[in-house]
Amino acid sequence: MSKVYDVLIIGAGPAGLSAGIYAGRARLSTLIIEKEKDGGQIVLTSEVENYPGCLEGESGPTLVDRMSDQAKHFGAEKAYDEIVEVKLEGKEKVLIGKKGEYKGKTVIIANGATSKPIGCPGEKTFTGKGVSYCATCDAAFFEDFEVFVVGGGDTAVEEALYLTKFARKVSIIHRRDELRAAKSIRAKAEANPKVHFIWDSVVKEIKGDGIVNSMVIENVKTKELTELVADEDDMTFGIFVFIGYEPKTKIFEGILDIEKGYLVTDENMKTNIEGVYAAGDIRVKSLRQVVTAAADGAIAAVQAEKYVETL
Amino acid sequence: MLMLDKTNFEAEVLQGEGYIFVDFFGDGCAPCEALMPHVVALSEKYGDKLKFTKLNTTKARRVAIGQKVLGLPVIAIYKDGEKIEELVKDDATPENIEAMIKKYI
Repeated sequence: MSKVYDVLIIGAGPAGLSAGIYAGRARLSTLIIEKEKDGGQIVLTSEVENYPGCLEGESGPTLVDRMSDQAKHFGAEKAYDEIVEVKLEGKEKVLIGKKGEYKGKTVIIANGATSKPIGCPGEKTFTGKGVSYCATCDAAFFEDFEVFVVGGGDTAVEEALYLTKFARKVSIIHRRDELRAAKSIRAKAEANPKVHFIWDSVVKEIKGDGIVNSMVIENVKTKELTELVADEDDMTFGIFVFIGYEPKTKIFEGILDIEKGYLVTDENMKTNIEGVYAAGDIRVKSLRQVVTAAADGAIAAVQAEKYVETL
Repeated sequence: MLMLDKTNFEAEVLQGEGYIFVDFFGDGCAPCEALMPHVVALSEKYGDKLKFTKLNTTKARRVAIGQKVLGLPVIAIYKDGEKIEELVKDDATPENIEAMIKKYI
Protein backbone atom coordinates (compact mmCIF):
# COMPACT_ATOMS: atom_id res chain seq x y z
CA MET A 1 0.00 0.00 0.00
CA SER A 2 1.59 3.24 -1.08
CA LYS A 3 1.59 6.35 1.05
CA VAL A 4 -1.51 8.54 1.09
CA TYR A 5 -0.39 12.16 1.14
CA ASP A 6 -2.43 14.96 2.66
CA VAL A 7 -1.79 17.07 -0.42
CA LEU A 8 -0.76 16.15 -3.95
CA ILE A 9 0.29 19.08 -6.11
CA ILE A 10 0.55 18.78 -9.89
CA GLY A 11 3.13 21.21 -11.26
CA ALA A 12 6.17 22.94 -9.76
CA GLY A 13 5.69 26.45 -11.11
CA PRO A 14 5.04 29.45 -8.85
CA ALA A 15 1.47 28.25 -8.05
CA GLY A 16 2.51 24.70 -7.18
CA LEU A 17 5.61 25.75 -5.22
CA SER A 18 3.65 28.35 -3.29
CA ALA A 19 1.03 25.71 -2.44
CA GLY A 20 3.92 23.44 -1.40
CA ILE A 21 5.35 26.10 0.91
CA TYR A 22 2.00 26.71 2.63
CA ALA A 23 1.08 23.04 2.85
CA GLY A 24 4.55 22.14 4.14
CA ARG A 25 4.43 24.85 6.78
CA ALA A 26 1.03 23.56 7.87
CA ARG A 27 2.75 20.20 8.49
CA LEU A 28 0.69 18.45 5.85
CA SER A 29 2.46 15.62 4.08
CA THR A 30 2.93 17.09 0.64
CA LEU A 31 4.12 15.77 -2.70
CA ILE A 32 4.76 18.03 -5.68
CA ILE A 33 4.71 16.15 -8.97
CA GLU A 34 6.49 17.86 -11.83
CA LYS A 35 6.57 16.66 -15.43
CA GLU A 36 10.07 17.80 -16.34
CA LYS A 37 11.53 20.96 -14.87
CA ASP A 38 10.73 23.18 -11.92
CA GLY A 39 9.39 26.61 -12.55
CA GLY A 40 6.93 26.29 -15.37
CA GLN A 41 6.86 29.06 -17.92
CA ILE A 42 8.56 31.63 -15.75
CA VAL A 43 11.92 29.86 -16.15
CA LEU A 44 11.80 30.85 -19.79
CA THR A 45 11.60 34.49 -18.78
CA SER A 46 14.68 36.65 -18.87
CA GLU A 47 13.60 39.30 -16.45
CA VAL A 48 11.00 39.41 -13.71
CA GLU A 49 10.52 42.98 -12.62
CA ASN A 50 6.92 43.10 -11.43
CA TYR A 51 6.89 40.44 -8.71
CA PRO A 52 6.94 42.26 -5.36
CA GLY A 53 10.36 42.06 -3.76
CA CYS A 54 12.17 41.20 -6.98
CA LEU A 55 15.22 43.33 -7.52
CA GLU A 56 16.71 44.40 -10.79
CA GLY A 57 18.36 41.53 -12.58
CA GLU A 58 16.00 38.91 -11.15
CA SER A 59 15.28 36.25 -13.73
CA GLY A 60 12.64 33.52 -13.87
CA PRO A 61 15.13 30.76 -13.00
CA THR A 62 16.67 32.60 -9.99
CA LEU A 63 13.24 33.37 -8.54
CA VAL A 64 11.97 29.84 -8.99
CA ASP A 65 15.14 28.32 -7.51
CA ARG A 66 14.47 30.12 -4.26
CA MET A 67 10.79 29.16 -4.25
CA SER A 68 11.79 25.56 -4.83
CA ASP A 69 14.31 25.62 -1.95
CA GLN A 70 11.70 27.20 0.28
CA ALA A 71 9.13 24.46 -0.43
CA LYS A 72 11.78 21.82 0.24
CA HIS A 73 12.78 23.56 3.47
CA PHE A 74 9.22 23.20 4.75
CA GLY A 75 9.19 19.50 3.94
CA ALA A 76 7.37 19.30 0.62
CA GLU A 77 8.57 16.24 -1.31
CA LYS A 78 9.09 16.23 -5.04
CA ALA A 79 8.55 13.59 -7.72
CA TYR A 80 9.25 13.84 -11.45
CA ASP A 81 6.50 12.24 -13.45
CA GLU A 82 3.89 13.15 -16.01
CA ILE A 83 0.33 12.63 -14.84
CA VAL A 84 -1.74 11.00 -17.57
CA GLU A 85 -4.93 10.03 -15.74
CA VAL A 86 -6.74 11.20 -12.62
CA LYS A 87 -9.34 9.68 -10.26
CA LEU A 88 -10.56 12.61 -8.22
CA GLU A 89 -13.89 11.46 -6.78
CA GLY A 90 -14.10 10.16 -3.21
CA LYS A 91 -11.88 10.56 -0.17
CA GLU A 92 -8.80 9.02 -1.73
CA LYS A 93 -7.70 10.74 -4.93
CA VAL A 94 -5.41 8.87 -7.30
CA LEU A 95 -3.08 10.38 -9.87
CA ILE A 96 -1.69 8.00 -12.42
CA GLY A 97 1.63 8.95 -13.93
CA LYS A 98 3.89 7.39 -16.53
CA LYS A 99 6.15 6.10 -13.77
CA GLY A 100 3.81 5.44 -10.87
CA GLU A 101 0.61 6.07 -8.95
CA TYR A 102 0.17 8.73 -6.30
CA LYS A 103 -2.52 8.85 -3.63
CA GLY A 104 -3.71 11.87 -1.71
CA LYS A 105 -6.56 13.21 0.38
CA THR A 106 -6.52 16.44 -1.64
CA VAL A 107 -5.20 17.50 -5.03
CA ILE A 108 -4.03 20.95 -6.08
CA ILE A 109 -3.87 21.25 -9.85
CA ALA A 110 -1.22 23.75 -10.84
CA ASN A 111 0.22 22.41 -14.06
CA GLY A 112 -0.31 25.65 -15.90
CA ALA A 113 -0.14 26.37 -19.56
CA THR A 114 2.26 26.14 -22.48
CA SER A 115 3.20 28.63 -25.17
CA LYS A 116 0.62 28.94 -27.89
CA PRO A 117 1.99 28.25 -31.36
CA ILE A 118 1.23 30.45 -34.39
CA GLY A 119 -0.19 27.42 -36.15
CA CYS A 120 1.19 28.28 -39.59
CA PRO A 121 2.94 25.98 -42.09
CA GLY A 122 6.65 25.57 -41.33
CA GLU A 123 6.40 26.51 -37.66
CA LYS A 124 6.84 22.98 -36.32
CA THR A 125 9.50 22.06 -38.88
CA PHE A 126 11.65 25.05 -37.95
CA THR A 127 11.22 24.95 -34.17
CA GLY A 128 14.78 25.07 -32.86
CA LYS A 129 15.90 25.98 -36.38
CA GLY A 130 15.07 29.65 -36.06
CA VAL A 131 11.62 29.47 -34.46
CA SER A 132 11.72 29.78 -30.67
CA TYR A 133 9.42 30.27 -27.69
CA CYS A 134 12.28 30.92 -25.25
CA ALA A 135 14.48 33.99 -25.56
CA THR A 136 16.76 33.05 -22.65
CA CYS A 137 17.42 29.69 -24.31
CA ASP A 138 18.08 30.82 -27.85
CA ALA A 139 18.89 34.53 -27.97
CA ALA A 140 22.65 33.93 -28.04
CA PHE A 141 22.43 32.26 -31.45
CA PHE A 142 21.23 35.52 -32.95
CA GLU A 143 24.02 37.76 -31.80
CA ASP A 144 24.31 40.48 -34.44
CA PHE A 145 21.56 38.83 -36.51
CA GLU A 146 18.06 40.06 -37.18
CA VAL A 147 15.15 38.69 -35.16
CA PHE A 148 11.38 38.99 -35.25
CA VAL A 149 9.13 38.82 -32.23
CA VAL A 150 5.53 37.79 -32.78
CA GLY A 151 3.01 39.24 -30.31
CA GLY A 152 2.18 42.52 -28.64
CA GLY A 153 1.58 41.77 -24.96
CA ASP A 154 3.86 42.24 -21.95
CA THR A 155 5.82 39.05 -22.53
CA ALA A 156 6.39 39.73 -26.23
CA VAL A 157 7.66 43.25 -25.66
CA GLU A 158 9.80 42.38 -22.62
CA GLU A 159 11.43 39.53 -24.49
CA ALA A 160 11.94 41.80 -27.52
CA LEU A 161 13.83 44.19 -25.25
CA TYR A 162 15.92 41.31 -23.90
CA LEU A 163 16.71 40.26 -27.48
CA THR A 164 18.09 43.72 -28.30
CA LYS A 165 21.08 42.79 -26.13
CA PHE A 166 22.00 40.22 -28.77
CA ALA A 167 20.37 40.96 -32.12
CA ARG A 168 21.25 43.96 -34.29
CA LYS A 169 17.59 44.55 -35.10
CA VAL A 170 14.39 43.36 -33.42
CA SER A 171 11.07 43.73 -35.25
CA ILE A 172 7.84 43.18 -33.39
CA ILE A 173 5.11 41.72 -35.59
CA HIS A 174 1.73 42.46 -34.07
CA ARG A 175 -1.74 41.79 -35.42
CA ARG A 176 -3.07 45.14 -34.18
CA ASP A 177 -1.86 48.69 -34.72
CA GLU A 178 -0.79 49.24 -31.14
CA LEU A 179 0.81 47.19 -28.39
CA ARG A 180 -1.23 45.62 -25.61
CA ALA A 181 1.77 45.68 -23.25
CA ALA A 182 1.85 47.87 -20.14
CA LYS A 183 2.75 51.52 -20.73
CA SER A 184 6.13 51.40 -19.00
CA ILE A 185 7.26 48.45 -21.12
CA ARG A 186 5.84 50.03 -24.26
CA ALA A 187 7.76 53.23 -23.63
CA LYS A 188 11.02 51.31 -23.26
CA ALA A 189 10.42 49.53 -26.56
CA GLU A 190 9.53 52.73 -28.40
CA ALA A 191 12.67 54.42 -27.10
CA ASN A 192 14.97 51.57 -28.11
CA PRO A 193 16.62 52.27 -31.49
CA LYS A 194 16.96 48.55 -32.22
CA VAL A 195 13.22 47.89 -31.88
CA HIS A 196 11.02 48.22 -34.96
CA PHE A 197 7.33 47.52 -35.43
CA ILE A 198 5.38 45.74 -38.14
CA TRP A 199 1.75 46.54 -37.38
CA ASP A 200 -1.48 44.80 -38.40
CA SER A 201 0.38 41.71 -39.45
CA VAL A 202 0.33 37.98 -38.86
CA VAL A 203 2.76 35.23 -39.86
CA LYS A 204 1.37 32.97 -42.58
CA GLU A 205 4.28 30.71 -43.42
CA ILE A 206 7.84 30.00 -42.33
CA LYS A 207 10.29 28.68 -44.89
CA GLY A 208 13.88 27.54 -45.04
CA ASP A 209 16.34 24.82 -45.88
CA GLY A 210 17.32 23.13 -42.64
CA ILE A 211 17.14 26.49 -40.90
CA VAL A 212 14.76 29.42 -41.32
CA ASN A 213 15.56 31.76 -44.17
CA SER A 214 12.29 33.49 -44.92
CA MET A 215 8.77 34.07 -43.70
CA VAL A 216 5.54 35.26 -45.27
CA ILE A 217 3.49 37.80 -43.35
CA GLU A 218 0.03 39.09 -44.13
CA ASN A 219 -1.30 42.56 -43.46
CA VAL A 220 -4.68 41.83 -41.87
CA LYS A 221 -6.20 45.06 -43.15
CA THR A 222 -5.03 45.05 -46.76
CA LYS A 223 -4.54 41.25 -47.05
CA GLU A 224 -1.24 42.02 -48.73
CA LEU A 225 1.38 39.28 -48.43
CA THR A 226 5.05 40.12 -47.90
CA GLU A 227 7.96 37.70 -47.85
CA LEU A 228 10.72 38.66 -45.44
CA VAL A 229 13.98 37.08 -46.55
CA ALA A 230 17.12 36.69 -44.45
CA ASP A 231 20.08 38.91 -45.18
CA GLU A 232 22.43 37.10 -47.58
CA ASP A 233 25.37 37.22 -45.19
CA ASP A 234 23.29 36.04 -42.23
CA MET A 235 21.50 33.21 -44.10
CA THR A 236 18.92 33.10 -41.31
CA PHE A 237 16.97 35.08 -38.73
CA GLY A 238 15.15 34.32 -35.51
CA ILE A 239 11.38 34.19 -34.97
CA PHE A 240 10.40 34.39 -31.30
CA VAL A 241 6.74 33.65 -30.63
CA PHE A 242 4.91 35.08 -27.59
CA ILE A 243 1.24 35.17 -28.52
CA GLY A 244 -0.27 33.69 -25.39
CA TYR A 245 -0.74 30.39 -23.68
CA GLU A 246 -2.76 27.19 -23.84
CA PRO A 247 -3.88 25.62 -20.55
CA LYS A 248 -3.01 21.95 -20.04
CA THR A 249 -6.43 20.65 -19.02
CA LYS A 250 -6.89 17.69 -21.37
CA ILE A 251 -6.71 15.02 -18.65
CA PHE A 252 -9.45 16.80 -16.66
CA GLU A 253 -12.00 16.92 -19.48
CA GLY A 254 -15.31 15.36 -18.46
CA ILE A 255 -14.21 15.31 -14.80
CA LEU A 256 -13.84 18.96 -13.82
CA ASP A 257 -15.71 22.04 -15.01
CA ILE A 258 -13.81 23.67 -17.85
CA GLU A 259 -14.49 26.98 -19.53
CA LYS A 260 -12.68 27.87 -22.75
CA GLY A 261 -10.02 25.36 -21.82
CA TYR A 262 -9.42 26.68 -18.28
CA LEU A 263 -10.51 25.06 -15.00
CA VAL A 264 -13.35 26.76 -13.18
CA THR A 265 -12.93 27.46 -9.47
CA ASP A 266 -14.54 29.64 -6.85
CA GLU A 267 -12.55 32.34 -5.09
CA ASN A 268 -11.17 29.70 -2.71
CA MET A 269 -9.70 27.76 -5.65
CA LYS A 270 -12.23 24.96 -5.16
CA THR A 271 -13.26 23.03 -8.26
CA ASN A 272 -16.54 21.17 -8.62
CA ILE A 273 -15.06 18.16 -6.79
CA GLU A 274 -14.50 18.28 -3.03
CA GLY A 275 -10.87 18.25 -2.02
CA VAL A 276 -9.71 19.23 -5.52
CA TYR A 277 -8.34 22.73 -6.13
CA ALA A 278 -6.83 24.56 -9.07
CA ALA A 279 -4.22 27.31 -8.88
CA GLY A 280 -2.28 29.51 -11.26
CA ASP A 281 -2.49 29.91 -15.04
CA ILE A 282 -4.63 26.79 -15.49
CA ARG A 283 -7.75 28.33 -13.97
CA VAL A 284 -10.25 30.89 -15.21
CA LYS A 285 -8.99 34.29 -14.01
CA SER A 286 -8.33 37.80 -15.23
CA LEU A 287 -4.61 38.15 -14.56
CA ARG A 288 -2.05 35.42 -15.20
CA GLN A 289 1.13 36.50 -13.44
CA VAL A 290 3.62 35.02 -10.97
CA VAL A 291 2.07 37.09 -8.19
CA THR A 292 -1.46 35.76 -8.80
CA ALA A 293 -0.16 32.22 -9.25
CA ALA A 294 1.61 32.38 -5.89
CA ALA A 295 -1.53 33.79 -4.26
CA ASP A 296 -3.70 31.04 -5.75
CA GLY A 297 -1.30 28.40 -4.46
CA ALA A 298 -1.42 29.80 -0.93
CA ILE A 299 -5.22 29.94 -0.88
CA ALA A 300 -5.54 26.43 -2.32
CA ALA A 301 -3.14 25.00 0.31
CA VAL A 302 -5.01 26.65 3.19
CA GLN A 303 -8.31 25.33 1.84
CA ALA A 304 -6.78 21.87 1.48
CA GLU A 305 -5.64 22.05 5.11
CA LYS A 306 -9.17 22.91 6.27
CA TYR A 307 -10.61 20.07 4.22
CA VAL A 308 -8.10 17.51 5.55
CA GLU A 309 -9.07 18.48 9.13
CA THR A 310 -12.69 17.52 8.42
CA LEU A 311 -11.82 14.02 7.25
CA MET B 1 30.98 12.95 -20.85
CA LEU B 2 33.49 14.62 -23.09
CA MET B 3 33.20 18.40 -23.00
CA LEU B 4 33.55 19.84 -26.50
CA ASP B 5 34.38 23.34 -27.64
CA LYS B 6 34.86 25.10 -30.93
CA THR B 7 38.43 23.86 -31.24
CA ASN B 8 37.73 20.15 -30.99
CA PHE B 9 34.15 19.66 -32.27
CA GLU B 10 35.42 18.96 -35.77
CA ALA B 11 37.94 16.36 -34.66
CA GLU B 12 35.79 14.67 -32.01
CA VAL B 13 32.46 14.60 -33.81
CA LEU B 14 32.69 15.41 -37.52
CA GLN B 15 35.80 13.30 -38.01
CA GLY B 16 34.77 10.79 -35.38
CA GLU B 17 34.04 7.19 -36.23
CA GLY B 18 30.93 5.24 -35.32
CA TYR B 19 28.08 6.61 -33.26
CA ILE B 20 28.56 9.76 -31.20
CA PHE B 21 26.04 11.38 -28.86
CA VAL B 22 26.08 15.19 -28.64
CA ASP B 23 24.19 17.32 -26.10
CA PHE B 24 23.97 20.90 -27.39
CA PHE B 25 23.32 23.20 -24.43
CA GLY B 26 23.89 26.84 -23.54
CA ASP B 27 24.38 29.29 -20.68
CA GLY B 28 21.12 30.50 -19.17
CA CYS B 29 19.06 27.76 -20.84
CA ALA B 30 16.88 26.43 -18.02
CA PRO B 31 15.46 23.47 -19.97
CA CYS B 32 19.04 22.41 -20.84
CA GLU B 33 20.03 22.56 -17.20
CA ALA B 34 17.01 20.50 -16.18
CA LEU B 35 17.83 17.89 -18.80
CA MET B 36 21.55 17.57 -18.02
CA PRO B 37 21.29 15.22 -14.97
CA HIS B 38 19.19 12.82 -17.07
CA VAL B 39 21.78 12.93 -19.85
CA VAL B 40 24.58 12.30 -17.38
CA ALA B 41 22.66 9.29 -16.03
CA LEU B 42 22.23 7.96 -19.57
CA SER B 43 25.94 8.46 -20.26
CA GLU B 44 26.70 6.33 -17.20
CA LYS B 45 24.29 3.65 -18.35
CA TYR B 46 25.30 3.52 -22.03
CA GLY B 47 28.75 5.12 -21.94
CA ASP B 48 30.52 1.88 -22.79
CA LYS B 49 28.50 1.50 -26.00
CA LEU B 50 28.40 5.08 -27.26
CA LYS B 51 30.68 8.10 -27.07
CA PHE B 52 28.90 10.81 -25.04
CA THR B 53 29.83 14.45 -25.65
CA LYS B 54 28.38 17.86 -24.89
CA LEU B 55 28.89 21.29 -26.45
CA ASN B 56 28.28 24.64 -24.80
CA THR B 57 26.89 26.53 -27.80
CA THR B 58 27.15 29.90 -26.06
CA LYS B 59 30.88 29.65 -26.58
CA ALA B 60 30.62 27.95 -29.98
CA ARG B 61 27.82 29.70 -31.80
CA ARG B 62 29.21 29.24 -35.30
CA VAL B 63 29.78 25.54 -34.75
CA ALA B 64 26.16 25.17 -33.60
CA ILE B 65 24.70 27.12 -36.50
CA GLY B 66 26.89 25.07 -38.83
CA GLN B 67 25.11 22.02 -37.42
CA LYS B 68 21.74 23.73 -37.99
CA VAL B 69 21.25 24.08 -34.27
CA LEU B 70 19.47 27.37 -33.55
CA GLY B 71 17.40 26.40 -30.55
CA LEU B 72 18.12 24.53 -27.34
CA PRO B 73 18.29 21.92 -26.06
CA VAL B 74 19.21 19.59 -28.92
CA ILE B 75 20.30 16.00 -28.42
CA ALA B 76 21.83 14.52 -31.54
CA ILE B 77 23.35 11.27 -32.70
CA TYR B 78 26.14 11.39 -35.27
CA LYS B 79 27.37 8.47 -37.32
CA ASP B 80 30.73 8.75 -39.04
CA GLY B 81 30.54 12.53 -38.82
CA GLU B 82 26.97 12.89 -40.11
CA LYS B 83 24.07 13.92 -37.90
CA ILE B 84 21.56 11.10 -38.36
CA GLU B 85 18.92 11.92 -35.75
CA GLU B 86 18.15 14.67 -33.31
CA LEU B 87 15.62 15.60 -30.65
CA VAL B 88 14.87 19.31 -30.40
CA LYS B 89 13.43 21.30 -27.49
CA ASP B 90 10.21 19.73 -26.11
CA ASP B 91 10.94 16.48 -27.92
CA ALA B 92 14.18 16.13 -25.97
CA THR B 93 12.70 14.28 -23.00
CA PRO B 94 14.67 11.66 -21.02
CA GLU B 95 12.36 8.91 -22.36
CA ASN B 96 12.75 9.98 -26.00
CA ILE B 97 16.52 10.30 -25.62
CA GLU B 98 16.86 6.81 -24.17
CA ALA B 99 14.68 5.40 -26.96
CA MET B 100 16.88 7.13 -29.54
CA ILE B 101 20.08 5.77 -27.96
CA LYS B 102 18.68 2.24 -27.96
CA LYS B 103 18.15 2.42 -31.72
CA TYR B 104 21.86 2.83 -32.35
CA ILE B 105 23.56 0.54 -29.85
